[in-house]
Amino acid sequence: MYKAKVYITLRKSILDPKGKAAHQALQNLGLKEVNDVRIGKFIEMNIDANSEEKAFELADKACSQLLANEVMEDYSIEIE
Amino acid sequence: MSKKIGVIVFPGSNCDHDAYHAMKHIMNAETKFLWHKDSDLAGIDLLIVPGGFSYGDYLRSGAIARFSPIMNAVQDYVKQGRPVLGICNGFQILLEANLLPGAMLHNEKLRFVCKNVHIRVESTRSPFTGGLEKGQLFNVPVSHGEGNYFIEEDGLKKMEDRDQIAFRYCNEQGEITEESNFNGSVSAIAGITNEDGNVLGMMPHPERAMESILGSTDGIPFFNSMLNELEIA
Repeated sequence: MYKAKVYITLRKSILDPKGKAAHQALQNLGLKEVNDVRIGKFIEMNIDANSEEKAFELADKACSQLLANEVMEDYSIEIE
Repeated sequence: MSKKIGVIVFPGSNCDHDAYHAMKHIMNAETKFLWHKDSDLAGIDLLIVPGGFSYGDYLRSGAIARFSPIMNAVQDYVKQGRPVLGICNGFQILLEANLLPGAMLHNEKLRFVCKNVHIRVESTRSPFTGGLEKGQLFNVPVSHGEGNYFIEEDGLKKMEDRDQIAFRYCNEQGEITEESNFNGSVSAIAGITNEDGNVLGMMPHPERAMESILGSTDGIPFFNSMLNELEIA
């Protein structure tokens, strides 16, 4: 059994208004060092697979076909 | 046999009755509801995918509804060149189902917007708008949080070249301004057609502009033209 951790964010070229608002708030908080904020989704899946490779393949299919919309979102997967 | 309009009902649809009422009682067209678990679209001459919050908008608007059993039949129906109209959440579902190009972002200012707006007819190439005039204005309500239409620049170019942009948001004078494009859509897009012109998706709700007591009757000439062109009414 593997655990897939999926991170989904808006594509870099797309304005992320939630991230921008949070960034402004962090500036107001005095955290001037924070120079960019992107807000996205985090999804965890438990996957029955015989190998890490197979687990990744399944997670990738889940992302590309449902969890992320690649017209506007990027995703990355970590398997553990 | 008389022509028939089908309105799909997903769990969470909430403009299904508006669409049914507008078609059946105001346009006097034979209309029936289709449950999202149905798979038979035989005898349906216009399919309406109505607005609402199918599956609670979980994950992304329209993302889960795409996997409803009826959507396989909808894919075939579109392949046969038959007409499908998606309104609001229906538009979002058609985007997620890859029946229309692009995607929906949250409104630029992150607020749910519910008000009457003006849209301008940009194309008359499909039967949905074939009886209208380019530049014609309609006063119709919008009601959405994720209506900020997005497509990559080359995708937009392709759509423009193929005359796929059906409507743009504009002001009362028909001008496109930053303010009139209230949700931040690429190129102020309010509605688009697919390449073949048999699928129209639009965010505004003409089916909610059918009675003067509700603020606008612009939906009547809009649907009159559409049903005429589609030879339904």
